[in-house]
Amino acid sequence: MRRSLKSKLEVSGIYLVVLIMFCVILYPLLWAISISLNPGTSMFSAKLIPDNWSLEHYKWLFNDPRSDYVLWYKNTLIVAVFNALASVFLVGLTAFAFSRYKFAGRNKSLYAVMLMQIFPVLMGMVAIYLLLNLVGLLDTFAGLIIFYAVGGLPMNVFLVKGYMDTIPRDLDESAKMDGAGHLRILTKILFPLIRPILAVVALFTFMAPFMDFLTPRIILRSPEKFTVALGLFSFINDKFGNNFTIFAAGTILIALPIAIVFLFLQRYLITGLAEGGTKG
Amino acid sequence: MQRIDPTSTPTQTPTPTPTPAAPNSAALPTPQPSTAAWLSVIPGLGQLYNRRWIKGSIFLALAIVFAIALTAPLANGLHGLVTLGDNPEQDDSRTLLVQGILSAIVTILLAAAYVLNILDARRDAAKRREGFAIPSVRKAFHDSWEHGFPYFIVVPTFLLLTMIVLFPLLFMVCLAFTNYNLYNSPPAHLLDWVGLDNFVSLFTEEVWTRSLLAVMAWTVVWTLLATSLQIALAFFLAMIVNDSRVKFKRFIRTIFILPWAVPSFMTVLVFAAMFNDTFGAFNRDIFSHFGTSIPWLTDPFWARVAIIFVQVWLGFPYVFTLVTGVLQSISKDWYEAADVDGGTRLSKFRYITLPHVLYATAPLLIMQYAYNFNNFNIIYLFNKGGPPVPGQSSGTTDILISWVYNLTFEQNNYKMAAAISIIMGLVVAFFAFYQFRRTRSFREEEMY
Repeated sequence: MRRSLKSKLEVSGIYLVVLIMFCVILYPLLWAISISLNPGTSMFSAKLIPDNWSLEHYKWLFNDPRSDYVLWYKNTLIVAVFNALASVFLVGLTAFAFSRYKFAGRNKSLYAVMLMQIFPVLMGMVAIYLLLNLVGLLDTFAGLIIFYAVGGLPMNVFLVKGYMDTIPRDLDESAKMDGAGHLRILTKILFPLIRPILAVVALFTFMAPFMDFLTPRIILRSPEKFTVALGLFSFINDKFGNNFTIFAAGTILIALPIAIVFLFLQRYLITGLAEGGTKG
Repeated sequence: MQRIDPTSTPTQTPTPTPTPAAPNSAALPTPQPSTAAWLSVIPGLGQLYNRRWIKGSIFLALAIVFAIALTAPLANGLHGLVTLGDNPEQDDSRTLLVQGILSAIVTILLAAAYVLNILDARRDAAKRREGFAIPSVRKAFHDSWEHGFPYFIVVPTFLLLTMIVLFPLLFMVCLAFTNYNLYNSPPAHLLDWVGLDNFVSLFTEEVWTRSLLAVMAWTVVWTLLATSLQIALAFFLAMIVNDSRVKFKRFIRTIFILPWAVPSFMTVLVFAAMFNDTFGAFNRDIFSHFGTSIPWLTDPFWARVAIIFVQVWLGFPYVFTLVTGVLQSISKDWYEAADVDGGTRLSKFRYITLPHVLYATAPLLIMQYAYNFNNFNIIYLFNKGGPPVPGQSSGTTDILISWVYNLTFEQNNYKMAAAISIIMGLVVAFFAFYQFRRTRSFREEEMY
């Protein structure tokens, strides 16, 4: 009897903690949503529960001639798709080489990859600018995509290699016996097995352009090439309070699809990260 | 500089033993590895000597092309790197620096290729002496694809990484030894090498030492506190949600992942608005009920509290996801065995759960510390490192990276930003390298 009472108390305690966490997590998110539904552009007069709901800011983003939102969104999608494709391709191949082959300089190059991953790219932004300028890739999507795909490479290689290491080598050994070449082993045997971690990499690299305002700010110059994060950031940067409601509406339209994809893939995230990250 | 001097050949390379059994080459002179190596001082000749005609011709052709096309640009580039420009009207020191570093990288790569070419000639000759037939071109291509496959992938990847990651780092390192700032900036002025001057002023001039110490101290506190709190919270939540008596696990986990799923770029700005001193939601909707108002963004202490809170909010879901994954993979047998032995809940946690989780996630947790150490976005978006401190070039919540950003892009003080970056990079590299060595992932490497 006492035991079950204690157990019940514990479970209620757990639910109480969970409830508090729900409030802490949801409060800012709901606040942002309600701000975006407030009429008027100023945050100063915005209320948590607006007197009259309105979708005017969302309409403004899409319909007003002064708004470049749709264009920004399109730009970001282009960068995101190509970044995800290029990253999965590069990361898959590189991780394959590190996970399955023994070659001179292997450990040294792994250390090098490791070290490169911890240096923040921010420190070299000036150089990136000059370099892209030199090769004529400044203010192009190609420059941005190359920068994202290669800059994120070290971190992602580490994840994928770790995941690949958990897949028994007997599989590719026997395929080799049957006469399969290197690339065949990779595409026909390993790729299907490492799908969870590739999904994680694809998701992360797809999301990066939506969230990053700093790199585009340095690489992209002309306003019609802005990504959505940069566009919204420059929109709000100067007069913080005044455009906040429109800003909130704009970011919610980014956050929503990302969050949905994210939540759909959470099964992959949990298994992929746990396997790849921890065994790398 | 290598000299071609046939007479010195035997004395310099005493290793090759003369004429072992070479049954199939009775008619031909016995190939000497040392001769082949010396011949390929001009790339290709050694390979031709080894009767690998096509390979030799390709090497020779490449060598000639490179020698003609690249010598002048590389020499110019290296010259520019040394002088950083002589003529203020024509030369842009930054471009010269970029070209100089690229030339240095290319020179090193070519030198490596050159050494490989010599080793290759020598190895082939040794093989021939032992009686291996020289493979046909077709077979040679097949062999190199078969055995050199990882290099076909790793070498291009590293070339890319060199350009996008390594080159910018080198550039920044170079800037730290120049006098590049707002008042002395190309193209109007030429840059000069100033040796360690920037580091000296960083450690001797009052305003710099004070800023550096303050920022360093806060960076350490911020990294340790924010990361540890976010790990502790995540661990605790993962444990209680994983409890077998809890229902709706999927739903709870979904909500808990939300802060990670929403772009942090957006949430940090939303938090910045909510923490606003006068009209922010926290002061207006919550603290006004208690009759107080907290200066979240203008008071140093509260700004720090707020920013750590925001980071914990943002960062715990990732660790939560990780720990949940590990918890689900711990075999139930462990706990049953512990039950049989009469283990308490605490001892089960202490001896089963904790070691499992830490063992499995250590590298990623370390990365979380490194991530927060470099967490520019939150600092910059939340308060731009503010509130400012009089007599310092940095703000109260500035960590090293945001300070460097501020110095670079707002104050254009490139030389100091670069010098601070180097110090910062050394600290991170040292800790990360040391830690990674200790973790399992690298020890396993030695096993196969």
